[in-house]
Amino acid sequence: MSVVREVALLLWKDVVVELRAKELLFGTVFFGAILVLIFAFAFYGGERPPVDVMSGVLWVAIALSGTLAIGRAFEREREGNTLRALLLAPISRSSLYLSKLIAIALLMAIVELVVAVLLSFMLHASLIEHVLSLAALLLLGTVGFGAVASLFGAALGRARSRDVLLPLLVYPLSVPVLIAGTRATTALLLGEDASFWLKFLLVYDAIFISIGVWVFEPVAVSE
Amino acid sequence: MYGRQRALQPVDLTLEPNQITALLGENGAGKSTLLGILATLISPSSGEVLYHAPGNVALEDQALRRTIGVIAHDSFCYGDLTGRENLSFFSRLYRVADAMKRTDALLARVGIEAAADRPARTYSRGMMQRLAVARALIHSPAILLCDEPFTGLDRSGVQMFSQILREERGRGAIVLVVTHEFEAIAGLVDRVLVLSRGALVHDGPAPSACTAVEIERIYTSAQRLRAPSAAGTGKG
Repeated sequence: MSVVREVALLLWKDVVVELRAKELLFGTVFFGAILVLIFAFAFYGGERPPVDVMSGVLWVAIALSGTLAIGRAFEREREGNTLRALLLAPISRSSLYLSKLIAIALLMAIVELVVAVLLSFMLHASLIEHVLSLAALLLLGTVGFGAVASLFGAALGRARSRDVLLPLLVYPLSVPVLIAGTRATTALLLGEDASFWLKFLLVYDAIFISIGVWVFEPVAVSE
Repeated sequence: MYGRQRALQPVDLTLEPNQITALLGENGAGKSTLLGILATLISPSSGEVLYHAPGNVALEDQALRRTIGVIAHDSFCYGDLTGRENLSFFSRLYRVADAMKRTDALLARVGIEAAADRPARTYSRGMMQRLAVARALIHSPAILLCDEPFTGLDRSGVQMFSQILREERGRGAIVLVVTHEFEAIAGLVDRVLVLSRGALVHDGPAPSACTAVEIERIYTSAQRLRAPSAAGTGKG
């Protein structure tokens, strides 16, 4: 079976399970919406907040919702110890990593859509004018964040304090994504050139996906 | 090794096809560690495990994993998928030919065809274990590793599973069963291994017409030969 077919099969499973449970989707969307709401009320009544504040709100929502999603996604694989069943299967272990990364990216894309719409509505961010470049930016940032978080989600396995350790490990490594994402969003909203940050994210994604594919097997099997 | 603790002493054994081997030992003896190593889920800190296909061809990685079936404490199944969907998913992962037919046959074989289209989350412990058995057998493994497979099974479930093990042996599979349920494996096993504190302290054929009392006697006498306590304890 090719890696593409393996990833598609694993992704199908993740999507079906999520469509039945709906806990990840509802949980992360609700969490992202609450964050935007809190920030909106923090700035309520004053002048329209500066663009860089809006960028910060967007990426804080992405980082926090993403961590929540990753933690729960791997927790689900621990119920019934299904991660072990997948490690026993005659498939490439990198397919496991890539399928988890894509599943998380799809979920985060939905969260980002809701957060972006709420930002536009509540903080009057002019996101719609830059929808295509913003979509590309969010895609690159989400993939970069997911590449790091998926790796640590699997690596923490049955570690006792995994819920605490996951953000402690993921955030320092994904700081470049968050800085680049925030800076690029600000640049886009101000109508400036964001190509440097987009290229930066592209390189970051390539590096961390390569590392993930390379080290996922020893990291997951040592669970 | 688990940290500084040695979970298993050097173990030298050969498992044969057409044979059901019982692996006995107290808690922490290293049974699950040995099973994990055989299943390729744990890398031994030293030593090696050699797997050979018919024709003495050495197997590696994905081809090897295709030959191994594991029944463990956990079901290895998704609660949000139905029993049928679970088996269908794993049959596709293992590239089973005629997967639908095989799925239906196994659901009937383990006696849960009536609940096949219910989410596995709604299954009782015994039904979940039956589904776990079906999942492990979906690809007709050449090596079947069972860790406490009788857990949660009622009397008819134990009989069903014992019959399945006989069929797997007849098919030429290597079957290794870790259990504390001597009644369940009485008259079933061909060989008995006893691990104590990580060391293999008994390896011998099961007596003909082997009863639970006989297995208990083998187990108890082997325990007296237990390895020195310096070996430490690990998982198992």
